[in-house]
Amino acid sequence: MNGMNRTRLRGLGVHVILMAGVVISVFPFYWIVVMATNTSQDIYRYPPKLWFGDNLLTNLRHLFARMDFFGSLANTMIVAVCTTVLVLFFDSLAAFAFAKYEFPGKKFFFGVLLSMYILPTQLAIIPQYEIMVQLGWLGTLKALVVPAAANAFGIFWMRQYTSTSVPDELLDAARIEGAGFFRQYWHVVLPCVRPALAFLGIYTFIGAWNDYILPLVMLVNPDKLTLQVALAQLYAGHSTDYSMVMSGVLLSVIPLVLVFTFFARGFIADATKGALR
Amino acid sequence: MSSSPVAGPAPTGPTSGPGTGPLGQAAPDPSRGPGRRAPRIRPVSAGPRPGPRRRVLRHWPQYLAISPYYLLFSVFMLFPVLYTVYLAFQKWDGIGEMQFVGFQQFRFLWDDPVFWMSIRNTLVIWVLSTVPMLFMALVLAVLVNSTKRFTAFYRVCLFIPSITSLVAIAIFFGAVFSNNFGLINAILRGLHLSAVPWMSNEWTIKLVIATLMTWQWTGYNAIIYLAGLQAIPSELYEAARMDGAGPVRIFFSITIPLLRPIILFTVVISTVTGLQSFTEPQVLFGSDAATNPNSGGPGQAGLTTLLYFYHQAFDNNDFGYGAAIVWAFFLLILLIVLVNWRLVQRKERRP
Repeated sequence: MNGMNRTRLRGLGVHVILMAGVVISVFPFYWIVVMATNTSQDIYRYPPKLWFGDNLLTNLRHLFARMDFFGSLANTMIVAVCTTVLVLFFDSLAAFAFAKYEFPGKKFFFGVLLSMYILPTQLAIIPQYEIMVQLGWLGTLKALVVPAAANAFGIFWMRQYTSTSVPDELLDAARIEGAGFFRQYWHVVLPCVRPALAFLGIYTFIGAWNDYILPLVMLVNPDKLTLQVALAQLYAGHSTDYSMVMSGVLLSVIPLVLVFTFFARGFIADATKGALR
Repeated sequence: MSSSPVAGPAPTGPTSGPGTGPLGQAAPDPSRGPGRRAPRIRPVSAGPRPGPRRRVLRHWPQYLAISPYYLLFSVFMLFPVLYTVYLAFQKWDGIGEMQFVGFQQFRFLWDDPVFWMSIRNTLVIWVLSTVPMLFMALVLAVLVNSTKRFTAFYRVCLFIPSITSLVAIAIFFGAVFSNNFGLINAILRGLHLSAVPWMSNEWTIKLVIATLMTWQWTGYNAIIYLAGLQAIPSELYEAARMDGAGPVRIFFSITIPLLRPIILFTVVISTVTGLQSFTEPQVLFGSDAATNPNSGGPGQAGLTTLLYFYHQAFDNNDFGYGAAIVWAFFLLILLIVLVNWRLVQRKERRP
């Protein structure tokens, strides 16, 4: 009896600690909503208001007056969507070649892929900036999308999945019917690798959406910014008007988090797989 | 990609050395089914057997398929990285003539107190964030692993911080730790404690940045550890329990040793990302260095090396010096990763 109680108590303790972890993890989202729905005076007041207010619309009106929110949102969407589509296409295509074909130099190319993986972007960023100046792309979204259109991680991830999940018999059958490399890719490989594409797509989209240093360097034109850069500038300029700034933070963060929780379970499983391989 | 939500695979694995040239292999070609037999009549120049060039040409679709990555990589990564080496020996403002200055940039770097301060700031923030982060992650992972209830819920909630925009979270931390109006100081006052000037003290600035990084990455690392824990066969635990080992003993003589490769992985990843902190101090304390010598916060306590690099390169347009900073910093990161690697590896050999 006593032993059972102790076990149950320990089980309860485990959940208490874990719940504390959960509260700390999600508290910022709650507090962002609290700040965004109250007035700055409510937040400044002591003791501060701890519950949602009804000032969100006023805060948003101030926000839209001070920053081009929807323009920045559109820029961010364009960058994230274009990058994701290109990454999915180029990476899965290259992965198909690596997974199912032998060709001279394959090992060399794959070795390059793996060994160059460690190079941090910061080492390249000054010349990248200069290249964009020369191409006339500085200040345009192309400067963000084109260099990110294919990446080593995605090829590596897709190759692993393609080699195990696309049956050779299906490819052979397609070949017998005269399908070349690209038709096999389109009609056989793409339908088979959809789950892996889903993870890579979400991963790429979130990365592009949240990216900060590259947009900060490349988007020199103040009326063509991504959300992250525009929000950071808004904060730098109006750091005391919390509720207004937080309404912008709210709009930029909550949709992504909601969308993420919808896909979360599969995504997290894939993310650990991708990390631990 | 310090801001990426998920770290990719560690750069290990079946790497083939770059010595394997295109001509070095006569691989069989399973890709060619019966439907695509090579034409019987070959051009005279091709010789009696298909030469290496023909073998390459025959595979044009595969080369075409992999070409986008290598094209983009060469233009936007490989060439720039090498060019950064070249730039580190020049004096250049990005517009005028380049001027070769030899090792002068590196000599200046060696004598630059701000550079060394930025290194110190970076290391302090890294230690303050990584140590509690990995420790708490391990505790959380063990706890989630010990229960069967709500695990999916815990996993999702713990993972969410790592996909959240760093800019948004930096703004949030700026508001919550604000000296006058922040929630933290309001709570302290409510407890009749004196408010802490978080954003103007040399140590609390670092602490705030480190707390931010800890908040963002603890759950991610916990999920990684959890995957490792679940891979440990439960028979091992049962056998140990049968031998009379208590939970603490089991943790240190079974869990930790079997988890070591994964701990190594998380140490390497959090070293590489933790040392590259830039967005946090830039959003919290950033301003144009050209106009404000206090960038990085009061006393420049939050000036990390990458933030200093950014100011030198893109605010002062001192590209040569920026290149020197970033190369020196990359070598430092490499050194720290290697040291970490050796430390964790050595523990492995301990009985």
